[in-house]
Amino acid sequence: MERVPILKIGDILLVSIQVDMSDQTAVALQEDLAERIVATGCHGVIIDITALDIVDSFVGRMLSTIASISRVLDAETVVVGMRPAVAITLVELGLSLNGIRTALNVERGMELIAIDRADDHDDPDDDPVPEPTASP
Amino acid sequence: MTSGVDLGRPQAQTVGSDEDVVRVRQMVRTVAVAVRLSLVDQTKVVTAASELARNTLVYGGGGTVEVTAIDNGRRPGIRIVFADSGPGIADLELALTDGYTTGGGLGLGLSGARRLVDEFDIQTAPGQGTRITITKWSR
Repeated sequence: MERVPILKIGDILLVSIQVDMSDQTAVALQEDLAERIVATGCHGVIIDITALDIVDSFVGRMLSTIASISRVLDAETVVVGMRPAVAITLVELGLSLNGIRTALNVERGMELIAIDRADDHDDPDDDPVPEPTASP
Repeated sequence: MTSGVDLGRPQAQTVGSDEDVVRVRQMVRTVAVAVRLSLVDQTKVVTAASELARNTLVYGGGGTVEVTAIDNGRRPGIRIVFADSGPGIADLELALTDGYTTGGGLGLGLSGARRLVDEFDIQTAPGQGTRITITKWSR
């Protein structure tokens, strides 16, 4: 079974899905990501689906599940790079991708996560542990 | 029911594992490109095929998928047949309802796949297996 690599960039885990995933591969990615979020303490997950030429109900459900798992583990998930034809098909299929945040590309996804974290930590008393990226 | 003339031999794929579902997607895409479906229509028919091939595997206990390039004299298209000898579907109307599932999925496979194609035919009865034929025409 193929496995999808997970890259750590700063405070973000980046998953770029480059293969036509079997269902098993999709489930393995879900589990691998949960482990990496806990192991790294990352607060953001970006899933790049630029290379996916379809998203069916199984992969759609996987994306929703990853978003839910991440949230429970204090990380925000953004799905980026969805092709227009994929978006059209998903809507017609009836998938709403509940709870999933999307952005057009990786760069915007990273901005979205950065804004989120800034909003979360605007009160310094909120979080006694200093953020590593807080001071330039 | 269905119309159109077969162009050449159908391509067949047995479905016995989730890797085979990936192969079905690739086979369907190749034929969809060959009959000049638009990118959106390619995406729709490959997505429908993925849902139905998974159903063949999960609910039908495995089966076969046949993909054929067809032509009705006015335009080309793609026809895909999913056949299994599993338990069949007792209440077809219920099975075609959005959100209904017996397998722990989202319940969008059958109903969603039907929306994504031009023609959808299903032959099934309890104990008789299930045979679904879908067609998508080039516009």
